[in-house]
Amino acid sequence: MKALARTIWLFWTTSLLAELEYRTNFAFSLLTSALNLVASLFTLSLFFRYDAELGGWSWGEAVMVLGTFTILQGFSATLLQPNLNRIVEHVRQGTLDFVLLKPIDTQLWLSLRRVSPWGLPDVLLGVGIVVYGAALGDVTWRGAIMGLGCLACSLVILYALWFMMAATTVWFVQIYNVTELLRALLDAGRFPIDAFPRGAYRFVFTFVVPVAFMTTVPVRALLGDASGPGLLAAFGLAATLAWAARALLHYALRDYTSASS
Amino acid sequence: MIYALRVFAAQLHTALVLTTTYRAEMILWALSGTLPIILMGVWGEAARTGAMPYTPVEMVRYFVAVLVVRQLTFVWVIWEFEEEVVTGRLSSLLLRPIDPVWNYVANHLAERLARLPMIALLVGLCFWLHPEAIFVPSPAVAATALGVTALSFIVRFLLQYTLAMACFVVERASSLESLSFIAFVFLSGMLAPLDLYPAWVANLAAWTPFPYFVYVPAQILVGADVDVPRAVGLLFVWGALLLIAQRWAWRRGVSRYSAMGA
Repeated sequence: MKALARTIWLFWTTSLLAELEYRTNFAFSLLTSALNLVASLFTLSLFFRYDAELGGWSWGEAVMVLGTFTILQGFSATLLQPNLNRIVEHVRQGTLDFVLLKPIDTQLWLSLRRVSPWGLPDVLLGVGIVVYGAALGDVTWRGAIMGLGCLACSLVILYALWFMMAATTVWFVQIYNVTELLRALLDAGRFPIDAFPRGAYRFVFTFVVPVAFMTTVPVRALLGDASGPGLLAAFGLAATLAWAARALLHYALRDYTSASS
Repeated sequence: MIYALRVFAAQLHTALVLTTTYRAEMILWALSGTLPIILMGVWGEAARTGAMPYTPVEMVRYFVAVLVVRQLTFVWVIWEFEEEVVTGRLSSLLLRPIDPVWNYVANHLAERLARLPMIALLVGLCFWLHPEAIFVPSPAVAATALGVTALSFIVRFLLQYTLAMACFVVERASSLESLSFIAFVFLSGMLAPLDLYPAWVANLAAWTPFPYFVYVPAQILVGADVDVPRAVGLLFVWGALLLIAQRWAWRRGVSRYSAMGA
């Protein structure tokens, strides 16, 4: 366990050092994140300008959903994109061989080898506007703890989905941007699930791409009105997907034949 | 002239063959342009419950049109160009007796053609979700919309290709595109019809090229009342300015290009 912590520490410090060579990038990504957030907040404000119901969510509550979405975006830029989007490259070039040979868990290496600081502005801004939204309503300590727990579940869900998409490249080597699709669908997480029309939309964003569990449920928990079954479902989903991701990798690796050999 | 056209036809043909080889990837790119469908759901619902100048059906149609226009005007030349400058592959293109830009134009056009079935599929999905919004534009409307869309594609391409010239100076010029893309998302009407914006924002936007990339062609397509001559005029002015800037930057850039890695 201690060795593992030390390995990850080394992974992250080295990749941070490499990234910090492009320091101006940080100012730049802070600027882009801030502008993006302003644009999203502005769009959200349009709904309230015209008294749309947005599924009964108030401005402060809807802002918290947007904040949670921004945190997830930052998380994916910090850990998911730098690591999981490289899996396809490893499969294409056959460098996955070297990963498999290392005396460390393959999934761990594939998921945690790199860390990128460029997602941090999104995480910070996201936390900032969740706090702003929470200040507008009344959030209890109990709710805050439940909300954090749910947020942890949604990070796991996002990771597992991303990982599974990326792991399929072992079979479909040519698909470079399979995760783009996931990213595009995740955009639905900017809005509370109740803002969508009943029927196909809500079904897809709850059961097919569980966006509802990633942004709406954590905010509901934060507000203290998450139902017991809802929380249990979020936790169960996270656990199942995490297990499925691992199982899928091992299943896929059985078909891995390496490149050029 | 005829020779140049034949060369371009050959380039187009190669590009088409290449795109259709990577079909799966192309389908994924097309599918990742589903943001309009997401917004369609939320805005359609909002139009039902709120008090806005759009009926739910009009709102859904607007976003269907946005989807079509977005798919037809998607531009990625800056990434392609950046890659070729950074790896030094641009050198081989420069050796050819034809401006490298035609290579990129051919790629973009070919991809557009290959994408047509996907567009039909996505539009079908929209109408399956919202059968009440099914509409067929009249031939005149469709022709105008297509013409303006083609023009806006040219200007959008010019804008991005002009920014791409920064590749000769800095390594990551695509960052510029990320900034310009925020302006694009915000001012193009992709997130909401621009006439829902506060009047001063909409008026300000009208002088930038962005609304003519999505909002205006989409409004034309759904048959709304649009000042077409003004839109075409503005697109021409922006196009001309960008063309001048691009040519100037290109000459300066190529002269300092050092063919990294080659």
